[in-house]
Amino acid sequence: MTASATASKAGWRVKQPSIIPGFGLTLGFSLAYLSLIILIPIAGLLWRTAELGWSGFLAILMDERTIRALYVSFGTAFAAALINVVFGTLLAWVLTRYRFPGRRLIDAMVDLPFALPTAVAGIAFASLYAPNGWVGSLFMPFRIAYTPYGIVIALIFIGLPFVVRTVQPIMEEIDREVEEAAATLGANRFQTIFQVLLPGLTPAILTGFALAFARGVGEYGSVIFIAGNIPYVSEIAPLLIVIRLEEFNYAGATAIATIMLLISFAMLLVINLIQAWSRGRYGNA
Amino acid sequence: MEVRINNIRKEFDRFAALNEVSLDIASGELIALLGPSGSGKTTLLRLIAGLDFPTDGQIFFGEEDASHSSVQERNVGFVFQHYALFRHMTVAENIGFGLKVRPSATRPPKAEIRKKVSDLLDMVQLSGLENRYPNQLSGGQRQRVALARAMAIEPRILLLDEPFGALDAKVRKELRRWLREFHDRTGHTTVFVTHDQEEALELADRVVVMSQGKIEQVGSADDVYDRPQSPFVFSFIGESSHLPVEVKDGTVLFQGEPVGLSESADTAGDLFFRPEDVTLTDEAHALSGKVTASRRLAGTRIAEIDIANNGHAPFHVEIEVPLHAPIELGSEARFRPTRWKIFSK
Repeated sequence: MTASATASKAGWRVKQPSIIPGFGLTLGFSLAYLSLIILIPIAGLLWRTAELGWSGFLAILMDERTIRALYVSFGTAFAAALINVVFGTLLAWVLTRYRFPGRRLIDAMVDLPFALPTAVAGIAFASLYAPNGWVGSLFMPFRIAYTPYGIVIALIFIGLPFVVRTVQPIMEEIDREVEEAAATLGANRFQTIFQVLLPGLTPAILTGFALAFARGVGEYGSVIFIAGNIPYVSEIAPLLIVIRLEEFNYAGATAIATIMLLISFAMLLVINLIQAWSRGRYGNA
Repeated sequence: MEVRINNIRKEFDRFAALNEVSLDIASGELIALLGPSGSGKTTLLRLIAGLDFPTDGQIFFGEEDASHSSVQERNVGFVFQHYALFRHMTVAENIGFGLKVRPSATRPPKAEIRKKVSDLLDMVQLSGLENRYPNQLSGGQRQRVALARAMAIEPRILLLDEPFGALDAKVRKELRRWLREFHDRTGHTTVFVTHDQEEALELADRVVVMSQGKIEQVGSADDVYDRPQSPFVFSFIGESSHLPVEVKDGTVLFQGEPVGLSESADTAGDLFFRPEDVTLTDEAHALSGKVTASRRLAGTRIAEIDIANNGHAPFHVEIEVPLHAPIELGSEARFRPTRWKIFSK
C-alpha cells in the first residue's frame, strides 16, 4: 500500500489512478493513427513544396492563374456555406419543430449528398442548369452552369447536410419553456427567434458553416462538371492542381496545395476562435 | 388584478385535462394550486397565462374577457419550473428583456431600464451579480432572477409553476419564507402550482385542491385541513385512515357493531379520521384491533393497527398514541375517533 503510494507519487502525473484505464494506450493509438492518416501526408506535401525554394514558391503564388483559381475556390465555397447556413438552419427548424407526413423522407434526403457520388451530382446539375437545361433555360440569358454561379450551386448541394446535421441536435435540445418565457415577457415571434433562439444556436451554426466551407474548398468531383473550367473565370484550385499533375509539374501542384492548406487552416482557426469565444460567454452551448 | 375563471374546460386530444373549473381570485391574494400529478393544476396555470387556450369557458382579468388574448397581450409574469432563463444573456439582460422587446412607443429609455433592473436586483437580493451568466448561478439564485425577470414587466398577475420543485430542501424552505415576504411587500396577485402540501398550507392565503381535472375544495389552510369536504381532500391533505361504516338510527356501526359515535343522518359510507384525533378507551363500544407496529414521529408516537375483516385482508389504520403510555406490539388497542367525518358512498 505504502510502496505503491510512493511509486505513484514519484511517477508521471498523467498516470493517476483512474476508473477509466487505458489512457496511455488510447493516446498512443490516436497519435499513431493521426500520423499515418494526416500528419505524414501533409509533411510530404510540405517537403515536396520546399524543393521549389522561396522564389519558385512565390512565383507560383503570384501567378495570375493561381490567384484566380484560389479566389474562385474560396469565394464560391464561402458563398455556398453562407447560403447553406441560412437555408440549412431553416430546414433543420422545419425538421425538428413540425410533424408532417413525409418528414422522415425529407430527413433521410438531407443525407443524400453524403452518399451520392459527387460526379453524379455534378453531371445532374450541369444538365439541369445548362443554358438548354430545364432550369437553366428559365434563367437565360443569365447563365448559371459553366460560371462561378454553377460552382456555388454544386457546393450548396455538397455542404447542406453538414449544416443541417450540426444544427439539428442542438435545436432539438432547446427547451420549449425558453420560448414560452420570451412570449410571456411580451416578445413577438420575430424577437423570440432572433434574440432568444438564434444566439443559442450560434456555436452550432458556426460549426456547420466551417464544415460546409471546408468541404466546399476541397470539392472536386461535382464542380468540374458544372464549372466549365475556364481559366481565370471558373477554374477551381483543385482542378489546377490536377492540371499541374498531368503536366508532371509535381512541385507546382504541391505548391498550390500548400497554399490552399495554409488558407484553409487560417480560416478554420479563426472560426474556431469565434466559436470558443461565443461558447465561453455562456458555458456549453 | 382580480381574476375570474368561469367554467373552464380543456381537452387534449379529447382527454379532458380540466373539467368545468371555476375559481375567483381576489386582487392581492396568494393562491396555491395543489394536487397530485395529472390533476390539471399546471394546465390551469397555463390557461391563465395564455400559454394554452381553453376548449370552453372564459377567463376574466378584472372586467376584461381575456380568454382569447394572446400571452403577450395578457401581461402576466410567469416563472417556469426550470426557470427558463436565457443562457446567452447576463442576469441584467435577462431581467431587462421584457422591457427591451417592447415596441418603441412604450419602451422605456435605456437608462430607465438599467435603473429598473438594478432596483429589481435589490429586491431579489442579487445586487452585484448583474453581469453573471445564468450557468454561473446557484439554483436559488436562478429562481430569483426568473422572478425578477417576470416582475420587470409589471405583470397584472404573477404565476409560478412548481417554483421550488428543483431546489434542495433547505433552500426551498428559505425561498418559501422569502416569497411570502416578497408577496406581502409587493401585494401582487400570485398563483403558484405545487404538489407539496406543506408548501401550499404554509404559504398560501387560500389553497385550491385539485384532482383529476376538477377542483375538490378551495379554502384556507385551516379549512382544507380541519374541514375537508371530500374523501380525496381528507386523504390527500395530512395523514388519515378510513373504514367502511353504516349509520342506522343515528348510531355509527362498523361491521354491524356500534363504535360509540353518533351521526344525524342515516347513510352508508366511509368514516375518515386523522391519527391525532383519536383517543384510547376501555369502553365496550369502540374500534379495536391488533397493534402491528409503532414508530416515533418527531414529538409523537404512531401505532399501526390491523382490524380483522372476517377472513379478508384486514383494515389498516394509524392512530397517535401517548408517547410514554405502553402499547405493546401484538396487544389489543381500543380507540375511538374524537373528530371524524363520514362521506356517503
